[in-house]
Order: sequence, then C-alpha cells, then structure tokens
Amino acid sequence: MSIFLDKNSTVIVQGITGRDGSFHAKQMLEYGTKIVAGVTPGKGTQTFENAVPIFNTVADAVAATGANTSVIYVPPMFAADAILEAADAGVKLIVAITEGVPVLDMTRVYPFVKEKGARLIGPNCPGLITPGQSKVGIIPGRICTPGSVGVVSRSGTLTYEVVYQLTRAGLGQSTCVGIGGDPINGTNFIDCLAAFEADPNTKAVAMMGEIGGTDEQDAAEFVKTKMKKPVVGFIAGQTAPPGRRMGHAGAIISGSAGTAAEKIAAFEAAGMGVAKRPSDFVELIKARM
Amino acid sequence: MNIHEYQAKDILRREGVPIPPGDVATTPEGAEAIARQYGGTVVVKAQVHAGGRGKAGGVKLAKSPGEAKELAAKILALHIKGLPVQKVLVTPAADIATEAYVGIILDRASKKPVFMVSPAGGIDIEEVAAKTPEKILKLPIDTRYGLQPYQASRLGFFLFDDVKKVRAAGKIMQQLYTAFMKSGCSLAEINPLVTTAAGDVVALDAKMVIDDNELDRHPDIAALRDESAEAPSEVQARNANLTFIKLEGNVGCVVNGAGLAMATMDLVKYYGGEPANFLDIGGSSNPEKVVNALKIITEDPNVKAILFNIFGGITRTDDVANGIVTATKQNPLKVPIVIRLTGTNEEIAMKILQENGFSASSDMDEAVKKAVELAKGGKAA
Repeated sequence: MSIFLDKNSTVIVQGITGRDGSFHAKQMLEYGTKIVAGVTPGKGTQTFENAVPIFNTVADAVAATGANTSVIYVPPMFAADAILEAADAGVKLIVAITEGVPVLDMTRVYPFVKEKGARLIGPNCPGLITPGQSKVGIIPGRICTPGSVGVVSRSGTLTYEVVYQLTRAGLGQSTCVGIGGDPINGTNFIDCLAAFEADPNTKAVAMMGEIGGTDEQDAAEFVKTKMKKPVVGFIAGQTAPPGRRMGHAGAIISGSAGTAAEKIAAFEAAGMGVAKRPSDFVELIKARM
Repeated sequence: MNIHEYQAKDILRREGVPIPPGDVATTPEGAEAIARQYGGTVVVKAQVHAGGRGKAGGVKLAKSPGEAKELAAKILALHIKGLPVQKVLVTPAADIATEAYVGIILDRASKKPVFMVSPAGGIDIEEVAAKTPEKILKLPIDTRYGLQPYQASRLGFFLFDDVKKVRAAGKIMQQLYTAFMKSGCSLAEINPLVTTAAGDVVALDAKMVIDDNELDRHPDIAALRDESAEAPSEVQARNANLTFIKLEGNVGCVVNGAGLAMATMDLVKYYGGEPANFLDIGGSSNPEKVVNALKIITEDPNVKAILFNIFGGITRTDDVANGIVTATKQNPLKVPIVIRLTGTNEEIAMKILQENGFSASSDMDEAVKKAVELAKGGKAA
C-alpha cells in the first residue's frame, strides 16, 4: 500500500519532448513507472524512446491508453492550460512540476480541478514516489527505499535530503510527496496526513515545512485531533530574514506572520516530534515507531 | 516586483479611478516647477520601495513652490529602510473629509484574491487588524466570475452610508479589480481612499506588487521595474536568474531549492556559524548560473568560506560541477570552498571535481560543520 500512487498507476507525460520532460521521462521509465503516453501538440504519431506513443492532446492519450495519472513539464505560461486539459480529459492524479506558474492562473485552475474530482499535486513541486513501485516527477529514485515512513514536504531538495538520510539509516518510505512551495497548490499537508493515517503501510510521518502561511499550523491541529500515527516535523527558515513573497497584508488575512517559531510551537503543542536539523529525523522517527 | 506609487496611479487612472494629478521630479528644482504649475498647497512624496514613508519623513506638505523645493531637497537626500530616494511625486493637496482603506491580496488559504476594506483608512492597516478587526471586511473573489456588482456594492456599504458614495466606491472597486487582474498583481492597495468636502470619492495613494511569474506575459509592466531603487546585489542576482538575499554572516552559501537553502542556513547557525546570504540557484541549472552565483558571493568581503550544498533532482549535479570548475578557472578563489553534491548525475559530477582538484562530500552535516570551521579560520581543507 501507499498513498496516491502505486505500481498500477498509468502515466502520461505532458511536455515529453522538452529538455526537462524528456530527461525525467527516461528516468521514470528506468525506475519502472508505467508511462503509457506522452503529449506534445504537433508531435502526435511520433514515439518517445521507441517505447512511448506521443499524442497531440491529453484527451487522445487518455482515449487510447486509459491513463489515470499525468505529469506536467510544460513551460510556466502554458502550465495552467495543461492542468485544465488533464482534468478535463478525466485524469485523476495531476502532478505539475513546472516552476514559475503565475499565481492568478492557479486561482482559476484550483476550483476547476476540484470540481472534476481530480487531485492536483504542485505546481512547482518535485512530484511523488512510492519506492519500489512508481515515481512521478523528479525525485531521484536511488535515494528512496520501500518501507513504512510517509514523507510530505513543501520543498523539493529538502525532501531529497531527508529521504536520503532516512534511507541511509535503514528507514524506508511508503510514499514521499513534495506538495510544492507556491502560494496556491493543489494538495496540502492535511490532505497527505489524512491519506497516510488511512494507509495501513505507513507507520510514521516525516513532514518538512517552511516559513510563511499557516499550512503547518493547520497540519499540527490535524495531527493533534485526527491522527494516531506519530508525526515528526521540521521548519526551514529559522534563521531567514522576514519573508518577502507576500507582504504583510497576506499575514493579516491569515491572522499569522508565519514565522518558524510560531510553527514550531504549533508542532510542540500538537505533541509532534520536532527536528532541529534534517539529520534529527532518523532518531526522532526511530524512537516513535 | 514592486512598482512606485506614481506608476501604480498611472495604471489605475487608465482604468478610470479618480486620482488627483501628479508629476515626478528627480531634483528640488523639478519639484518646485511642478508645484508652481499646480499652485496652492502640494504634497511631496518619496517614491521608494519601502513602507512607512510618512514616519520616515518621506511625505511632506508644501504651501509654496519654494517650500516644495526645500522639502524635495530633504526628501531626495533620505534613505528609507536602506534604499535611497531618487524620485519624488508632487501632487496637489486634497481636501479630506474621511479616509478608508481598499486592498486586494492574493490569499493562500482561500486560494483566491481577497478584497479587504476598512472605513478606518489612512493609517497602518496592520494596526487596524490588530486592534479593531471588526472594522475590516474580507471578501474572497472567484476569478472565474470576477467581482460581481452585488459584491462591489457590499464592499461599498461597509465603507459608506450615502448611496452616492457607495456607488462611486463600488465603481472604484471594479476598476481596482480590473487593474489587479490585468497587471498580474499579488497585491493592489488604495490607502487612503478619501471622500472630499464636496462629496467626491478619490484615491490619494496607490500600491501594487506584481507577481514575478507574470512578467513574461506583461512586458509593459516588466518595463516599469526601477533597478536604481533596488539593492544592487539583488539586481545582479535576478538578472542572472538567481534568488539572493544578503545577510550579515561570513559563510557564503550556494544551494539549490529555497527549502534546502533555508535549511542549510539554519544548519550553519546550528553549528555556530553565520550565513552570509541566502542564494538559491533554482532548478534546471546550467553551468553559467553557478559561475554567476560564485561571482556574487565572492564580491562580498565578509565571506570567509564558501559552502555549496546541491541535492540534484531536476538540477544536474554535473552542471554544477562544471560551473564550479569554469568559475574558479576564470577567477581563482581567495577563500576556501566546501562542496557537498549528491543526486542526479552525481558520479559524473564527482569525477569532474576530482579531475580538477576539488574534493566533495555527500554528507550535509559534515560539509556545513567544515565550512563553519573554515570561516572561523580553522584548519584548511
């Protein structure tokens, strides 16, 4: 078992002929991900790596292959359209890797995806991996190993760091999800925590947050009231100068400045383990499993 | 991206928002000439990307062209929050009866732009939120439908009782929303939105922050960027496609990904050091980015050791290794460098580094500890 993704997931790569799309499509194929189609408008009828048929539209790709998952590597100005296209074609798990998607685009995309009953992960995220089964996105497969720690993170490379350290210490992972650091993303911490709580193969969860916003505080409240499994958390940015992305008016709306201290206090109040540095996860999780 | 008040006002004027005239001067004489043209009392306002201009002495009332010149000279000599004032806006003083706040902010939680209005305008809206939250109305907008007339009317009635003023304010809300969407904003504010003794509703100040991700789509807005109003090192980094924030410490950090960059800075501090900067080389790196990153870091005289922490996913670590080799061939380093690389194409990267006389580690704690030690003048690598 796992969350969101397993060995039966059938995957479309949107932007399969681009620099990043083709590089990571190859890596996913090598990992064993069931990539059943690629989409690049104008390149339909071609084949990727002599193995994957390319289609002009996601609708064509879904009709021909029945794919249930899509991963998006298209440039930022086209990413919103690519997500809408996937959701409209009936894809149920949409993973948007693209960095630099205009936030206002996401205000239109998010409700549409919800109404279609699809799950969006990202944008601006590393995707997800269920070790030994399938990976969708850019998380390096060789740093992961199958096991029972669920990993969820707002950051990309910080996720790799923690996963790498868990693997070296012999702590395998059920699924690792990078939800992305953009102000508006499709899947939040609580969505992942709820899925890990319900997944019989997950015994503990490692969660990496960042300064800014209130997602981590909300997640801490969820851990406290709805979860039985142990959760260990980390907040990046304890020494960072005040965030610049969303001035102070954003903090007024959320009623919080989103500082590291505030988030760590919320973790402690929820009875979570608090990692002071990435390498603390190993001992804190071992002690709780 | 921040734009100046006068630029935001130009955008809002084009949408029809009633705003008193104004003109920009870069010299005291220029300010005097504008004041003479308007006649009567004028306001001289610093155009700088920092809040709290009024408290810093950047906004002054001048009763004559001579006084406008005098005050402009003082304001143009100011640094507000470290940024030099290079332009002033000169605008006729308004006859103010009441002041309200109107803003639109992109909100993470509701995943929508949220209108925020308050009849207690003019002052710091953060203070209103802290002390009298009941005086603020927040209204999320579904961008697929836009601001509906009933919503604009509700916002207007929260500010005014008089229907004429409510309608005028509602119209301004629509115009502000249009400007917000058209320009790709993450924030747009009118503070204050005033009523005059004659009963008119007028915007006296405007602020807009543009989502950097929108700039490719809006070349006209991108052209408004005033690099002279920003910190030079941050301009240099942005032009090289890097995210850089200068700090006070002596360990220069080059990291890929914002989360890992922050975690690396935290770890530098954990081991008793101080980071000299936040620097994220981002994903899809190419060697050129690394060359530019090293250039920016080595220009900081405080830096006593350089720490690379690269975990390759979409970033190929061989690109980074090639960048380090190229950069150090062009400009030999004067301070020690500690390299930590792991992830995509790690074997190739390690080979490139070894062939060029560098050693690299794959352990983050070890690398950070070593960099902190070297920055303190500890044993050489």
